[in-house]
Amino acid sequence: MGTAIEVVDVSKRFRVFREKPTSLKQRLLSGRTRAEDFWALREVSFEVPQGGTLALIGHNGSGKSTMLKVIAGILRPTKGLIRERGRIAGLLELGAGFHPELTGRENVYLNSSFLGLSRAETDVVYDDIVQFAELEDFMDTAVKFYSSGMLVRLGFACAVHVDPEIVLIDEVLAVGDESFQARCLDKVRSFQREGRSIVIVSHALDVVRQLCDHAVMLDHGRVHATGSPDDVVREMRLTILHHDLEFAREEGSKEVEIVDVVLLRDGLPLEGPIRSGQTLAIQIDLHAVEPIGDPVVSFALHDATNSFVFGDDTARLGLDLGTVEGARRVRFDLGPIPVTGGKYWLTLGVHSRDNARVYHVQDERYSFEVQQAEGRRDQLSIPVTVRMQDR
Amino acid sequence: MSDVTERTSEPPRLRVRLRARELYGYREILWNLVRKELKVKYTASVLGAVWSLLNPVVFLAVFTFVTKVLKGGIEDYAPFLLSGLLAWNLFSVSLSNGAQSVIANANLVKKVYFPREILPLATVGVCLVDFVLQSLVLVAFFVVFYGFQLDVLWVYPFAFVALLLITVAITMFVSALNVRYRDVQHLIGLALLVWFWMTPIVYAASTVRTSMLAAANGSIAWKVYLLNPVTWVVMGFQRALYHSGSDPLFPVPYTAGQLAVRLTIVSLIAAVGVYLAWRLYFSMSGDFAEEL
Repeated sequence: MGTAIEVVDVSKRFRVFREKPTSLKQRLLSGRTRAEDFWALREVSFEVPQGGTLALIGHNGSGKSTMLKVIAGILRPTKGLIRERGRIAGLLELGAGFHPELTGRENVYLNSSFLGLSRAETDVVYDDIVQFAELEDFMDTAVKFYSSGMLVRLGFACAVHVDPEIVLIDEVLAVGDESFQARCLDKVRSFQREGRSIVIVSHALDVVRQLCDHAVMLDHGRVHATGSPDDVVREMRLTILHHDLEFAREEGSKEVEIVDVVLLRDGLPLEGPIRSGQTLAIQIDLHAVEPIGDPVVSFALHDATNSFVFGDDTARLGLDLGTVEGARRVRFDLGPIPVTGGKYWLTLGVHSRDNARVYHVQDERYSFEVQQAEGRRDQLSIPVTVRMQDR
Repeated sequence: MSDVTERTSEPPRLRVRLRARELYGYREILWNLVRKELKVKYTASVLGAVWSLLNPVVFLAVFTFVTKVLKGGIEDYAPFLLSGLLAWNLFSVSLSNGAQSVIANANLVKKVYFPREILPLATVGVCLVDFVLQSLVLVAFFVVFYGFQLDVLWVYPFAFVALLLITVAITMFVSALNVRYRDVQHLIGLALLVWFWMTPIVYAASTVRTSMLAAANGSIAWKVYLLNPVTWVVMGFQRALYHSGSDPLFPVPYTAGQLAVRLTIVSLIAAVGVYLAWRLYFSMSGDFAEEL
């Protein structure tokens, strides 16, 4: 399998004008334009193998849509190179070629030509498009009379009935009602089965995990993480937390609140990766405004594939917290870490002993990385001693 | 597998044959855009494209009446006027709409990839359809009222080719520039006004020649006057379609043969102009999506 798209060291600079001088007079009078450089992409490199599905994810303004436009040929890179094999169809915006005064039928032909279909080719798929969009009765109505949902359906129907080798999809999987979304996903899967290469830009991280076999996360125009979708999506979630803690997945009544968490390695605050064999401690500061009887503090570790690895709680460990009021500190000391290589996510929770009340849960909010000793490929590190005896 | 496309930071050099083939591959968009423009233009109008035909018909009627009443200088003034005016309309409407073509389709330019040349070309295409329809009316008028005496109609293609090349060159040029400098669209309006009166459309070129050559240094003025390529185009159309009968060098002071030679030269220069404008357009079009 070759590569369908190669992106090599691509940078994209936008000139941001305070006040865009679009007339000659302004341009002359202002002399040196007060343009500021804004690098939307910096030295981005990745490849999409033929038949592969790659997700570009990132925060708003991370450069992912710019990247897609550069791949599509709408924008020219400021530096770097893009190499593509095969015909590209971009769903950068559904129905971008629609004109309100034209009928649905005319717009299908117009829009399909933008997606690279000839009239004859459109004739062939026309009925499928109409059926997919469920607009059989409206094709001779000007689209200005369509509801926004109808427009989107027609746009998507056109877009998925093209026959490109490379498909670019920008945020279009989140449109329509649920059944329509399901059909969209089906269509993307059938693209995959047909061996087309796909690049998806999406905020729907779950969709990314379901559909893609590779993901690239951009952050401020740079490649922040790349690898399996699970890894990258987690990384994305993690940085979302760092960027803005309000996005953290938290729940609970906060009658007992987790106010601070510190990870300790061999007794010192954790920085960088931990090696297998080193000890880890989780120190949790709690605060309860009202006295709360008999809460239980628990933790759980998940690995990069979101599989549960290990967890424990104060009740099972035989610690009775009694009635908690004001500030308390709970510390779990984990022995030598037996797992090797990889990133682990920590979920913390405080709840009542019967689990009926959840006081506070922080879902995969903290993470640490375990570094594999060089040259080892173990899944687990089991303490081993060896000796030789005379028989 | 398939062909490899490479995109780099370099504004690519225009390779005419390669790019022309790409444009040909995207011809469907061009037809569709032209069709769209025409449909939108006549949508929700009962008569549709008949309006386009009605325009020259009314022109002919009004000017025939007016000149009959006023007994003006040029015989059969209405068909004379229209012979040149239709060509001028193709030229001027292409230019003023073409200047806006990229901006008017900003939504497409920002969202979809296609060779950007299609936008000004579609504008010219729309004007061309109008031109053809209206020319049919004009030719029908000639045949009905004057019999079929278009014996120098063979000059028509010379004038037509020259007109098309000039129009495409300048339309491409202004549509590229207008993306960066919106002054262009305002400038075009004024320039076209001056240009219109510098071109023998409402008056006869012969009259200009006579009065200029009578003045001191008039022959230089006349040569300068003839530098306007549209003058040659208009004279070509007038010669091909219009017959005044009595004086063969009125209202066009050149024979069909002379005009064919000049129009060939104009066409060659315009072809170079098309190439240069295309090159400019091509190198600027890579940044259209950003500048809009």
